[in-house]
Amino acid sequence: MQFWIIQGLNSLSLGGLLFLLSSGFSLIFGLMRLANLTHGAFFMLGTYFGAVALRDYSGLNIWVTALGAGIAVAALGGLFERLVLTRLKTNPLGQVLVTLGMSFIISDACLVLWGGDSIPVPTPQNLQAPTRLFGFVFPTYRLVLVGVAVIAAIALYVLMDRTRLGAMIRAGVDDRQMARAVGIPVSRLFTIVFCLGAGIAGAAGVLGGPILSAYPGLDADMLPLALIVVILGGIGSLFGAFVGSFIIGFIYTFGTALFPELAYVILFLPMIVVIAFRPQGLFGRAGA
Amino acid sequence: MKWIGTALIAAALLLPPFVAGDFYINLASQILIAAIFALSLNLLVGFGGMTSLGHASYLGVAAYLSALLTSRYGFGHGSAALISILGTIVMAAFFGLIALRATGLGFLMITLALSQVLWGLAYRMSNITNGDNGLAGLTRPSPFGISLDSAASFYWFALIVAAFAFVMMAIFVSSSFGSSLKGVRDQPRRMAALGFNPWMIRWITFIYAGFWGGVAGLLYVYYNKYIHPTSLSTTSSAEALLGVIAGGSGTLGGPAVGAALVLLLKNYASAYVERWNMLLGLVFLFIVLVMPTGIVPGMQKLTAWFRGRPS
Repeated sequence: MQFWIIQGLNSLSLGGLLFLLSSGFSLIFGLMRLANLTHGAFFMLGTYFGAVALRDYSGLNIWVTALGAGIAVAALGGLFERLVLTRLKTNPLGQVLVTLGMSFIISDACLVLWGGDSIPVPTPQNLQAPTRLFGFVFPTYRLVLVGVAVIAAIALYVLMDRTRLGAMIRAGVDDRQMARAVGIPVSRLFTIVFCLGAGIAGAAGVLGGPILSAYPGLDADMLPLALIVVILGGIGSLFGAFVGSFIIGFIYTFGTALFPELAYVILFLPMIVVIAFRPQGLFGRAGA
Repeated sequence: MKWIGTALIAAALLLPPFVAGDFYINLASQILIAAIFALSLNLLVGFGGMTSLGHASYLGVAAYLSALLTSRYGFGHGSAALISILGTIVMAAFFGLIALRATGLGFLMITLALSQVLWGLAYRMSNITNGDNGLAGLTRPSPFGISLDSAASFYWFALIVAAFAFVMMAIFVSSSFGSSLKGVRDQPRRMAALGFNPWMIRWITFIYAGFWGGVAGLLYVYYNKYIHPTSLSTTSSAEALLGVIAGGSGTLGGPAVGAALVLLLKNYASAYVERWNMLLGLVFLFIVLVMPTGIVPGMQKLTAWFRGRPS
């Protein structure tokens, strides 16, 4: 029983992490029609920032670091969007290829800067003690991580559904030309959304650090998970990313625990089933 | 004019074993393998309008199958090659069923996800694939009793296969089926209205491209006598895609030129710097930003411009 409960919690925390990663990917895709293959690298960059900062400056706590890494990665993303992606507005394939190129550059730069050994990210001290609930023992940090993901989901929902900025973004998603025609600065929205998505990925990288630690190849491990989540949930749908993240979180965690060698195959079964019967994903809109 | 170019290319291809040392002959063999691989990807990207980021799957799976069958299960090279290619075709058919539910970016993401799953499998199923250590100590086949262990003999073998592959793919794209493929790329709805089945045309092309990717994979594993999960990685798919785009997607010879350039760059760069991935990323940015239609169309435009000028 303890096994199932602990693995269940691990699934939830991985799901939360995946949501932080894939929500940004999904937002960017929804508005910009851009499959941002740098997303895994942004996540990894965040993890490295966090790992190095927490190792070298003992006064920092993980939340401040996550915020800082988020801002740093968002700034980098913004630069990349302004300097490179805007030049390729009429060339969607070119955009995907430069994001791929960028991901190679970032992951290789991480290797140069921080070496090939993995750098652990310490669990915050006040969250190291396990929590006892209903007679079971839970690692506190993972519980908190699930909470953070849920808060982030609510915040994103409010942002998209209740604010003026969100309304403009939704207008841009629905009909870019019409949004431009009524005076919405769509290309500035592109930059904002790209920064936001990159920033969330960077912050998620720090928060995922204590579970994953920073190592070369982390980007290549995370990107397919994000892809599978958004293909499953429906590309461009926040709610889809939320549901997809937890589905994949469960499947991956239990798959790894029960059938370690086949975890990867099990992972892509739900994707195949969904694509076969609902190509637009669980919560995606047809034609999107 | 045209036959002079053809003769020059033929001479350039026939020359290496007579004039060059082993190092350069081997380099030429690698270029031929990369060229077959890029040409097969170009069927999808250039002629079919299906940008796949998972083409390394076919190279890697054919290579792994052949390696496993010959080294571990005692198959001969002939039957192993046959089974590997058949296996690759079946896999391509299956992957095509999944990936072709989507088009455009969805297709790209699904092919990428599928190939990453295979890459992860190659790493993790270490009792079969030997994981990160890869499978070493493989042998080259000896067709008709001719050993391929010398650099020159392997070059002739690769050249024959590459020439055959080139002719077969050229026939494929210039056939009426190729025309319908280009039609589906440009105007899928009109083609459907004309009674063609766009899905079927794409699927057949997908399988055909997977088949030649598998052939490239066999040559790859014969050449290296070693196979490692990186052959299945995104980097491997991306290198081929860069070759296709740098050379000019949708042209027949372009991807071969592009693949040769990428390979040469990789070889020369790795002699001086260790940072191949970073360089690859930078080249990606450069090609996409500066010559998005590729080098060969760029050159054609340039020569047309020169000819067009009154001398």
